[in-house]
Amino acid sequence: MSGGTPYDKVMLARAKGRATAAEYINRIFTDFIELHGDRHFADDKAVVGGVAYLAGMPVTVISMEKGKDTKSKVYRNFGAPNPEGYNKALRLMRQAEKFSRPVVCFVDTAGAFCGLGAEERGQGRAIAQNLAEMITLKTPIISIFIGEGGSGGALALACSDEVWMMENAIYSVISPEGCASILWKDSKKVKAAAQSLRLTAQDMQKLQVAEKVIPEKGSFDACCRTMAQDLRAAFDARRDIPKDELIKTRYERFRKYGAQIVPEDF
Amino acid sequence: MDLRGLFKRPANELEKGGRTPAEATAADTFEVKRECPSCGAKIAESDLPDMYYVCTCGHHFRMNARQRIDFICDEGSFTEMFSDLETKDIINFPGYEKKLREARLSSGEDEAVICGTASVLGHKCAVFVMESLFMMGSMGTVVGERITRLFEYATEQGLPVVGFTVSGGARMQEGILSLMQMAKTSGAVKLHSDAGNFYLTVLTDPTTGGVTASFAMLGDIIMAEPGATVGFAGARVIEQTIRKKLPQGFQTAEFLLEHGFIDIITPRSEQKRVISTLLAMHEKGSGGDIS
Repeated sequence: MSGGTPYDKVMLARAKGRATAAEYINRIFTDFIELHGDRHFADDKAVVGGVAYLAGMPVTVISMEKGKDTKSKVYRNFGAPNPEGYNKALRLMRQAEKFSRPVVCFVDTAGAFCGLGAEERGQGRAIAQNLAEMITLKTPIISIFIGEGGSGGALALACSDEVWMMENAIYSVISPEGCASILWKDSKKVKAAAQSLRLTAQDMQKLQVAEKVIPEKGSFDACCRTMAQDLRAAFDARRDIPKDELIKTRYERFRKYGAQIVPEDF
Repeated sequence: MDLRGLFKRPANELEKGGRTPAEATAADTFEVKRECPSCGAKIAESDLPDMYYVCTCGHHFRMNARQRIDFICDEGSFTEMFSDLETKDIINFPGYEKKLREARLSSGEDEAVICGTASVLGHKCAVFVMESLFMMGSMGTVVGERITRLFEYATEQGLPVVGFTVSGGARMQEGILSLMQMAKTSGAVKLHSDAGNFYLTVLTDPTTGGVTASFAMLGDIIMAEPGATVGFAGARVIEQTIRKKLPQGFQTAEFLLEHGFIDIITPRSEQKRVISTLLAMHEKGSGGDIS
């Protein structure tokens, strides 16, 4: 399913019936126990987190869940987190740090929720806090983009040691629709915007924003089995790295996004 | 310290003391006036600097970055840093080069942030001031890099950072790399903070999007200017999403104060004094650090 225009990828990333985080979690981990709430305000249904085993290793899992049918989509707020979702994620990350559990994040959101309550409860601050805290979290973090990676709302679960992307996942500073309407005042220019923004998984690898692109071929079960092995191997490789070095390497990963990354074929 | 007169400069040929043309009978013939959106008063452009760009009714007009540096920093104390970093059209985004050229012309700056060191009533600090006239203060790789370097320098030197934010958010013309600046700057702020250094943010109109969701909201103390728009999502986008009219005063500094997200709203005329006092209170070895 590779190839196609960037806009085709956008459509695939959002496609009805595309696997959501719950389906990955069920296959990659065992004994997943969901843990609810941010301990301040509410339990955000768009963010699902908990503890589980990854090939026998206890890990913390945090995901954005879009839901599958209309009813569950509404219940999950279409995967658009409110501040309490980010606060819950941060609570679970700190818990993971305390118990030296690695963290796996699944990213799938059109963006942080744009709402009155979200602003009243500090959406900007919630995201900012996650960015700052994730970069210095003393346990390994890997984020996997399974569908849409919408702007700061996605980044708030992706300040990680590695970012992996499904072949048809996207990651963008703004939706192509938003870009077309703000920049060109023309909603018909969505396809051109998708092209110009460089938002495909393949672009992310070229720009060194993603370390790995996971092919979407063969059976979903087999793909998840491979992901489980790869995740386990990536965490095993970091087991003996001193905490301060782990943080230094993570900071350097983001530090490099200056003007020096210029892929030749752009 | 009396700041009045600091910005006094001739606004036009007439003010330079040139001959008054005979036909100029009314004083407002040549004077450009700005209407206050709050009270409707018409204020002569040349009077605005002396008023710190604040109307008598309290409305705060926007100020450009250099004016702000002159106004906050002790005279001659500001030393600019990292100005050599040049903006590139990394992802070859349509129209970006042209936009950059226009922004340079309209703002007189080469990017949307100015960084350096300065003193405020004698208290040394690292300073960044964003520029709204440069692509609405949007954050691309150079803005992110300058701010990151400033925090790294301040961490090294054990200096506090005072930052004035004004931004429409991440700069979409730089694609995903502009989003990465949110993570990069937040990381640099965190390391500065973990080393025990003080960071004061001053949110000015407007501070939104990716800047709100990164270094703007990470200050130890968050100050805002009266009436400044501060938020994450744009009001229009929210209205479209929830299909409701937003309440009066939504996403203003006062709204944020009410909801507990900022520490203090400080009018421009008070800022220099309050900032210097806060810097003094956080100075290392000032006696406040009981150990």
